[in-house]
Amino acid sequence: MSDQAVRALRRGVAALVLAGLVLAPWAVDDYTAALLARTLALGLVGVSVALLTGVAGLPTLGQTAPYAAGAYASALVAGRLSDVGPVQVAVAAAAGAALAAVTVPLVVSARGVVVLMITLAVGELVVTAAGRWRSVTGGTDGLAGIPPVRPLWGMPVLATDRARYLYTLAVVAVLLGVVLLVLRTRVGLLLRAGRDDEARLRASGHRVSAHVAGVHLAGGAVAGSAGALLVVAQQYVSPADFGFDTSALLLLGVVIGGAASVAGALVGTVVVIAARDWLFGVLPGQAPLVLGLAFVVTVYLLPGGERRPAVRGRLLPGVPNRRRPADRPTPSEVRV
Amino acid sequence: MTPLLHARGITVRYGSLAALDGVDLRIADGERHALIGPNGAGKTTLLDVLGGRTRSGGGRVWLAGRDVTRLGPAARARRGIGRIHQRPAVWSTLTATENVLVAALPHAVRPAGWRPGARRRAAEHTAAALLARVGLGKLGATPAGQLAHGQRRQLEIAVALAGRPRLLLLDEPAAGLSAAEVGRLAEFLRVLPRAVGVLLVEHRLDLVYALCDTVTVLRDGRTLATGTPAEIRASGPVRQAYAEGVA
Repeated sequence: MSDQAVRALRRGVAALVLAGLVLAPWAVDDYTAALLARTLALGLVGVSVALLTGVAGLPTLGQTAPYAAGAYASALVAGRLSDVGPVQVAVAAAAGAALAAVTVPLVVSARGVVVLMITLAVGELVVTAAGRWRSVTGGTDGLAGIPPVRPLWGMPVLATDRARYLYTLAVVAVLLGVVLLVLRTRVGLLLRAGRDDEARLRASGHRVSAHVAGVHLAGGAVAGSAGALLVVAQQYVSPADFGFDTSALLLLGVVIGGAASVAGALVGTVVVIAARDWLFGVLPGQAPLVLGLAFVVTVYLLPGGERRPAVRGRLLPGVPNRRRPADRPTPSEVRV
Repeated sequence: MTPLLHARGITVRYGSLAALDGVDLRIADGERHALIGPNGAGKTTLLDVLGGRTRSGGGRVWLAGRDVTRLGPAARARRGIGRIHQRPAVWSTLTATENVLVAALPHAVRPAGWRPGARRRAAEHTAAALLARVGLGKLGATPAGQLAHGQRRQLEIAVALAGRPRLLLLDEPAAGLSAAEVGRLAEFLRVLPRAVGVLLVEHRLDLVYALCDTVTVLRDGRTLATGTPAEIRASGPVRQAYAEGVA
């Protein structure tokens, strides 16, 4: 297929997906609409995972941490300060970026499995902290009774699940658009270059550590905004929303959606989370098993060679990536 | 006169093995300086130290009189050290044009006034000119990972030049190239403006003698000799060192 045909096909699929997402709440009941809104929020976290893992080549398991920070910050703002949507999203994004800023010194010079372990630990620590810090987070009971959101100043509050779903969809679409636009500038170029060869990027005079720190902050802000949407969708937040299973599902969704494609990651995450929620009803208690199997199969079927998802540096410390034989001349070619 | 590059007492040890043991090097502005020696003599390690990729265990490096010993590779690149790696290092998922654009970014000049896309267009124009100069004019839209080895070498040279180097470190640029490609590389280096100094590590001594003003011979991490190509060619110990290294 020619490049043009592929591009046309992709545009067609994107339009269909968007139409389906807009019309979905009229096809389902209120409970499912709320579930779908929550799934979209997780899809936005998936976008932040794809930004780090796919575009920048920095695999992470810790994007639930800024997601949680954003959710709690926005729940507190909604309860005490403002019910206006953009205010909540902005505060949540700031909280997510702030949490990412705390972890940046830990991950900025590490790569590969070490980063996976660090981000996993940070994610777990945040969940534990959320469970213990009762005065702010409500502990394991969570924060309930969060007032409904007002999409803009002067507009009425969103009283139905369908309206809240559409609000979530609109915010996700806007933020996804912003991410895609920014990636079309030199920012995207530098992130992809760093994924391909960091040493060459340094040898060209680029401050690679600043790029890595920057993309972590941006990823934290996107995941934090998703936290604000979660709070809007379920009007409740508790540590159970940010467990390790969520991190693993996010990574699975991102890998299925095509790690380097940010929009694909959104779709992949939505599909995986929806599958989990559906399996939860069909096979009570077996859903984690099925998703674990899906994980194994996906990793097994990952494309190799040129299309293999790229990761920066070394996967394990001390284990160099496999290299082709060096192209040195053989000694017989050396003459005096 | 202050030399373009001055390195003194460069020492790199891996455990008890000294890869470099007190090496001195001076390169004048615009000089073509070759670094030769048997495999394992420490040539690539010395380039890594000068480029900032490897920390020297002792000694200092000055670039145009400024001490850069403690600077990392990115800071040295911004001060004018360009690098060509033994295995062509390019960003494989980026197109050839994008490769040059990324390399030129730290040196991008903001055009006067603000017109949408003006800077981008200016940068793309410069990139196209550089690609044409290294013989890749028609391959700007090709992902670098799909280029042949020789073309990746040409692209890496364009990438290095986009960084506006004052000193170009070349690590065996002729390795793995066909005879025709080596000829083009030699011609390219011959016409390279004298504003750029060159430190060339190369096994092809015909290239070294044809292109360079000064030759330094390394062996077992020490400087064996420094001189003009004629002096080096006539030197008995140098020939012997090479013969032993090859055997």
